[in-house]
Order: sequence, then structure tokens, then C-alpha cells
Amino acid sequence: MDWKLALSRSKTWLAAFVVLIMATFVLSLSTGVMPISFSEILGTLAGSGTPRQELVLFQLRLPRMVIAILIGAGLALSGSILQGLSRNSLADPGILGINAGAGLAVVFSIYLFGQEKGSLLSEPFFLPVFAFIGALAIAALIYRFSWKGGIDPERLLLVGLGFNALCGALLMILQLKMDPKDFQQAAIWLTGSIWGTGWPYVWSLLPWILILIPAAFFKARTMNLLQFKQEVPVALGLKVESERRLLLCLSAALAGACVAVGGGIAFIGLLAPHLARRLCGPNYFSSLPLSGLIGAALVLMADMIGKNLLAPADIPVGIVISVIGAPYLIFMLLTRKGSGMRV
Amino acid sequence: MARPAAESLQPVHLKSIKWGLVALVFVFFGLLASIGLGAIWISPSVVWDSFVSFKAGQIEHQLIREVRLPRALGGALIGAALAVAGTIMQGITRNPLADPSIIGITHGAGLAIAISLAFVSGGSYWILLICSFAGSAAGAMLVLSFSMISKERISPVTLTLAGAALSTLFSALSTGIALYFQVAQDLSFWFAGGLSGTKWPHVFILLPAVIIGLLLSLWISRSLTILALGEEVAAGLGQSQQKVRWIGLIAVILLSGAAVSIAGAIGFIGLVVPHMVRMLIGSDYRWLIPLSAIAGALLLVIADIGARMINPPFETPVSAVTALIGVPFFLYLSRRKRGYM
Repeated sequence: MDWKLALSRSKTWLAAFVVLIMATFVLSLSTGVMPISFSEILGTLAGSGTPRQELVLFQLRLPRMVIAILIGAGLALSGSILQGLSRNSLADPGILGINAGAGLAVVFSIYLFGQEKGSLLSEPFFLPVFAFIGALAIAALIYRFSWKGGIDPERLLLVGLGFNALCGALLMILQLKMDPKDFQQAAIWLTGSIWGTGWPYVWSLLPWILILIPAAFFKARTMNLLQFKQEVPVALGLKVESERRLLLCLSAALAGACVAVGGGIAFIGLLAPHLARRLCGPNYFSSLPLSGLIGAALVLMADMIGKNLLAPADIPVGIVISVIGAPYLIFMLLTRKGSGMRV
Repeated sequence: MARPAAESLQPVHLKSIKWGLVALVFVFFGLLASIGLGAIWISPSVVWDSFVSFKAGQIEHQLIREVRLPRALGGALIGAALAVAGTIMQGITRNPLADPSIIGITHGAGLAIAISLAFVSGGSYWILLICSFAGSAAGAMLVLSFSMISKERISPVTLTLAGAALSTLFSALSTGIALYFQVAQDLSFWFAGGLSGTKWPHVFILLPAVIIGLLLSLWISRSLTILALGEEVAAGLGQSQQKVRWIGLIAVILLSGAAVSIAGAIGFIGLVVPHMVRMLIGSDYRWLIPLSAIAGALLLVIADIGARMINPPFETPVSAVTALIGVPFFLYLSRRKRGYM
């Protein structure tokens, strides 16, 4: 089974989610504290809008929505990869503590360099770098500690939960040392509000996404093979452990970059791959692109809900997604049948 | 069947008593150290004097009586409460990883506190206390209902994850509320709270809660020991599991609700302590529960001293200290072979 076949089989769902994303995009562009009608959007795009409309559309809403799409896709793929490499359908960079590791690194950088101290390292460009280092460090630790003559899916999860708690404790120590202003900023960021809403954040995120998503697609075949029991990929000449390490790095890099700009958004990495698998089956050739699209659609919609529900106050995206995602996860845990599904 | 089991327990009793006495001695010295150490060092002789010949005029005696003593006693009671709550949770859910902080109880209380901070202006201590109880009750009911609803036996990992998901949900909601009503830092301070604000009234609330919780726990301790053998065995011996679960639930809510309302989110005591005690004396809950209480008291008193000593004059959140102690242990447990308990 290769790309062409897989994509042709899942093309209906792919198209459906592209349409959904476009519809949400337009709707989200026109709603908010200052409603802008559809014809006004077209007018503004053509260059005949008021300066106010231009400011709202081009400087505030557009970059934020682009970021929503990018981090949705990135986190979804990060989760897909993580689930693929661990053969564990409950893996999620948020649950495993990878997001928390990235978050810790970012908050540490806020603490060290501040946002207004004007040093080079406080530029948005460096946030994904810090986050990446944090995510990778935690991923390496999780891998190291769940290694015991092999990676057991359950052990991986539990070890991840432990590191999540550890990062939480360290974050707490760090946060209490901050001054209230930095603290509020860090708290908002940690709940997963898309806080870097300007274009600089888009430019700092885009290169990571543009490199890492194709890399993930490139590894689809490997992940399909990894779904078999240990012996099969080995017999097919796959260097299982080194592939796993590579995939873990890939997943951590994606999660890190997204967390740096979007904050601690949990559950996307869990929800999107699940829905994708449910819609088009377990083949990674088709489920990877689909889960990317689903993730983008989910974050975009959650952002729209968050900014309109209690307007003018913003509900951070991460909260909206947790409110949807946590009950879904619990429902899934309670209804799955016996041991048929991999824990 | 019951007789040989009872006989084989005999040496364990001696061992339990021995360890219990050793731990009690340590608790005593821990309390003395907790009273003596701090921003101002107070020598043991002054501590002794303040008990036997209290002089109201002496500032150190005042400090001991009004600040250090309630804090040390509060720490011991909270540690005991959390440890016993963890033991009961592990017993009734048969999940070796259950702990009030992991499984959603603490964050349930956090959500209730966030709501009360946001909507009840000038909320008194009693309102916080009631909210914390209500929140822990809701969290505990939800988690326990998961293990009751699910037809097939729910695996420890599943329950732990469901609890983690519930915790995430609660903490997302409470952060949302806190940010919207701008009480985020208040909430955060409550969460990281620790023992620094523990006064005599807190001790007097804790004392009955811990005693009643402990009595309820001891009441079901025999049934928990049987439950640990397996649900089929327990059912075969004609044991009503519903009754055991409800009593256990009430004990857990009482113990963790009181502890959380006073000290905020202190994690891992309820996870680590029962396991350490189990390693020492085995899993006879009649002994496990009282020894866990003593060991929990000891651990939290030590952690609290650590919280004061790490970065003076600032206090490190004691929950961070217990997490730093607890996480390595959690990792060790999760690396052990499955079927542990």
C-alpha cells in the first residue's frame, strides 16, 4: 500500500476536512470583538478596507489563525508519531510530559531573559529552540527510563506521567519566583493560549513545520511496519530501536515548536490521530495527513469558540480543548473492549 | 482458611510494632527539628523550656507556641491524612498508582477553590474548607465511579490515565476561571500553599478529620486485605464490596479534603508512603493503615523542613519537595514488573 492508493481511499475525508478548515477560517476571520462581514473581508483583501479593518484582519486575526492551523497540525502529527512508535494509542505529547518539558524550558527562558529586557535570546525566533531542547531532553529521559530490555507501552505512559509531574513541580518553583506580570504571562501561556499572535511568531514556527511535517510523512512506511510485533520489522531489515529514537526526536521537535508558540495544549495529539484512525483505518499513509488536517481544524475551531464564547474575554484554546478532550479520553478508556486495543 | 492465615500473620505483627515504634521515635525527633529549625534557630533546650515553663514575655516561646508548633503538628496530621487516603485509594481501586493528587481529587478541590475565589468575595476560611471538601468529594466520586461503572475490570493504567485526564480537565477549568476573574496568583499560592500558614484552628479541624478517617479506615482494613487477594476471592468470602467502597470513599474524602483545604496540593505522599510501608511489613491493611499514618506524618514533616532549608529565607513549595522525592519513586514503581501489589 503506498501513498497514491492510500490517499485515493481517504480522499473524501481529506477533502471534507479541508472544506471544514476553510469554512471555519472564514467564519473565524469575520467574528470576534469587532465583527467584520464577509463582503467587508473581501473589500479589505482587495485593498479598500478601513485602516481599522486592515489592522484587525492582517495584524491580529490572520497571524493568529495561521498559527492555530500550524500548531494544530504539528501537535496532531506529533501525537500520531508518538502513538506509532510506542504502539500505544494513549500516547500524547501532553500526557507524556513532552509538552511540560518544552513549557519548562520556555518559562525558564522567560524567567532568565524576560520579555522586555531586549536581549537577543528573548526574540520569538528563539522560543521554539528553547522548547525543542526542553522537549527533547524530556523525551530522552522518558525513553531512557522506560527502557528495560525494550520499550513497554504501559511503562512508557507511566514514566511519562511521572516526568509530567516532575516538570509541574519545577514549574511551580519557578513560577513563584517570578514577578506578578511575568507570572500572569507564563500562566496564560501554560494553559495554551495562542499568545504569540504576531507575524514574527508565524515566521519562527513556519520553518520547523515546513521541515518536520514532510519528514513525518516520509516516515509513514516505517511507522506502518512498527505496528507489527517486534519480530516482523526486524525481519524486514528495519533498525527498530534507532528508528524509534529518530521518530521520538521528530515527535519532540514538532511538539516543542508548537508548544513554544501555542503553550501547553493537551489532547490534540491524542484526539486527532484517534479520529483519523477511526475514519480511515490504521494505515499511516492516509492517517498521517488526515490527522494533521483534523488537528488543524480542531485548534482553529477551539480558538474560534474561545474568543467568542465569553467575548470580550478570551478563553485560552488549551482550556476549550481540554474541556472537549478530557471527557473524550475518559469515555474512550471506559468503553474500550478488554485488551483488544493496545493500552 | 482463616485460621492459618491469621497464624502466619503473627510474626508480621511483631515486625509492624517494631517499625511503628521506630517511626514514632523519628516523628518525635522530626517534630522537634521542625520546631527548632527555621528562619530563627531555636535550641532544643529553649524548645523544652517553652513546654515546661512557658513565659509569655519571651519572644521565642511565643514563636514556638503560635507558629512553629501548630505548623509542625499540622504537617504531621496532613502527612498522616494524605498517606492513609492514598492507602485506602490503592486498596479500594486495587490500583498501586492511586494517589489523591494523581487521580483527580486534589484538582477537584482546586476547581472548587477557584470557583469560590472568583464568586465569593472575601471568602472566609470556612467557605474555602467547605469548597475543598465538596471538590474532593466530586473528584473522588467521579474516579471511583469509573472503576464501578466499567463492566470489565479496569486496569491500573486505565484508571491512572482516567484520573490524569480528569485532573487535566479540572485544572484547565480552574485556570480558566482564575484567569478570567484575575485570581490566578491567589489560586496558585493556594495550590502551592504548603504548611506555612498552618495555625491552631487548622490543627483543630484536622485532628477530628484524621481521627474519624483513621477509624473508618481501620474499620474496613480487614476487608481491604481480603480485597487485595482478588475480587473473586473477596466475593467468594461473602464480602460486600459496595459497603467497603463507600466507607473507604468517605474516609478518603474526609482525609484528603481536610488536608487539601489547609495545605493545597501536596502530591505523592499518598503514593509513596503506602508502598514503602508495604515493602517493610507486607500488605495486611490492619497494620498498613496505622503505619502509613505514622510514616506519612514523618515524611511530610521532613519535607516541610526541607522546604524551609532549600532556599532560605524563601520557602520552596512543599508540594515541589514531595514531588522531587516522589517522582523518582514513582518511576521506580512503574519500572517494576506488573501485577505488583
